[in-house]
Amino acid sequence: MINKISTIFKSLFLLEILKGLSVTGKKLFKKPITVQYPDEKTPQSARFRGLHALRRYPNGEERCIGCKLCEAVCPALAISIDTEMRTDGTRRTTKYDIDLFKCVYCGFCEEACPVDAIVETKIFEFHFENRNEKIVNKFDLLKIGDIYEQEELKDRKNLG
Amino acid sequence: MKEFKNFTMNFGPQHPAAHGVLRLVLQMDGEVIKDADPHIGLLHRATEKLAESKPYNQSIGYMDRLDYVSMMCNEHAYVLAIEKLLNIDIPDRAKYIRVMFDEITRILNHLLWLGAHALDIGAMSVFLYSFREREDLMDSYEAVSGTRMHATYYRPGGVFRDLPESMPKYEKSIIKNKDELKDLNYNREGTLLDFLEDFVSRFPECINEYENLLTDNRIWKQRTVGIGVVNPERALELGFTGPMLRGSGIPWDLRKKQPYEVYNKLKFDIPIGKTGDSYDRYLVRIEELRQSNKIIKQCIDWLKNNPGPIMINDAKVATPNRENMKEDMESLIHHFKIFTEGYCIPEGETYTAIEAPKGEFGIYLISDGANKPYRLKIRAPGFPHLSALNEMCKNHMLSDVVTIIGTQDIVFGEIDR
Repeated sequence: MINKISTIFKSLFLLEILKGLSVTGKKLFKKPITVQYPDEKTPQSARFRGLHALRRYPNGEERCIGCKLCEAVCPALAISIDTEMRTDGTRRTTKYDIDLFKCVYCGFCEEACPVDAIVETKIFEFHFENRNEKIVNKFDLLKIGDIYEQEELKDRKNLG
Repeated sequence: MKEFKNFTMNFGPQHPAAHGVLRLVLQMDGEVIKDADPHIGLLHRATEKLAESKPYNQSIGYMDRLDYVSMMCNEHAYVLAIEKLLNIDIPDRAKYIRVMFDEITRILNHLLWLGAHALDIGAMSVFLYSFREREDLMDSYEAVSGTRMHATYYRPGGVFRDLPESMPKYEKSIIKNKDELKDLNYNREGTLLDFLEDFVSRFPECINEYENLLTDNRIWKQRTVGIGVVNPERALELGFTGPMLRGSGIPWDLRKKQPYEVYNKLKFDIPIGKTGDSYDRYLVRIEELRQSNKIIKQCIDWLKNNPGPIMINDAKVATPNRENMKEDMESLIHHFKIFTEGYCIPEGETYTAIEAPKGEFGIYLISDGANKPYRLKIRAPGFPHLSALNEMCKNHMLSDVVTIIGTQDIVFGEIDR
């Protein structure tokens, strides 16, 4: 009997609806947790896997020796490489293309590279205006690497 | 006047409540469903076939993309299958890390399910609140693997990297001043484990919030109680697993029934439902959130006190240490070998299943001794659930189809593969 009365009381006075409204009502007076994106950004891990870059040694020599490990390990077959012997007897790439539409950003290329040449930077806001720009070549990759080298060094220290 | 016969209606593939690309052909008698015919295959990516042409490790990333809301659980089944065929045992710390991230994944999945299910039925706020908590877990995904979703973090033999010592912090911007930044970063001062510890202490209160909004709510109950009832015998016959089976009252959970990794050392309970309707399945999943939270807490406590290796020390399967690789010729050779040829698995076959958030996610792997699978079959939990859609929908109203699709927790990445 008491149970029945309490059920009628609860449903008549919309108690459970009010309980729900109190949850949302309290939020009216809380600080919003929204992030105003272009002006502020959410934290990004040092391990973040974004746009690729090719790095150089401090003396300006490009690191990539054209061993093609990244090409072999790439699950999406996004990387294609051609190599050539230079006049000083060392091997370097003549072509290093990454197809950004094929790439799945798994990070295997970075993991495989024995000389830390190909890396995935923290850049995630990039766009193309033409379809053919999806293929980034060696020149572009080295340029990205030059610009972001300092950040990359900082991230490498914080991996642990 | 001529009487109208049943009338055919297309539901999806672009319907917002169809959770992706489900196309349902409905035979309607007025507002009542007489027959529901799911058409699948719109998200088919041939994952099983693709895996046959790649060395084992290269398919890990494709496992993330099967059930794209419970990423690490899929990886887990795949690497477990490989480890079983290779017959290797992984370090304890890696096991605990895997279990912890499996449970984080379960919370991620159930939160998305809860938000989307409530949104389909008409409750907007829960969606926003559950995504607020998802953000923290996504951050821990990113801290550990480098991506918020498609982690590629588990490897046969352990996990890729150890847990990070520091969490990334919010940085100064024109919007936030110093004090506000301090408030935002309060849980990011320590390690990832401190961050997660803060999360597990906050999370039960968040679940109470969702429950206050939904559990007793009369609209929620009117939409879910008695909808899509499956009795226990029928649930077994249909091949249900996970919360769908437990909602019908059968206490079946692979974490208890055939414990893998360290689940037998952890304390947790298996919630079951009574009536097998959508409301019971909702209650089961809410309780699973609490249980997962408890498991994560236990893993954090263990991981804090037990540092150690996270990868087996076997250069034939796992990549050698990076410093060694640069100095030592043998390591370099192993490094090249693993990243080009991979490793060969002895001839044999295995079916390895784990308790994914949606049910039993299994990998059936046949090896002919080569460095790539001879055949890889994926047992997706969503597939048998979707097959029962017709039975569950019959004689319900059109609006209940949305509830039933929601309660089944369907994701097309795994069903279409």
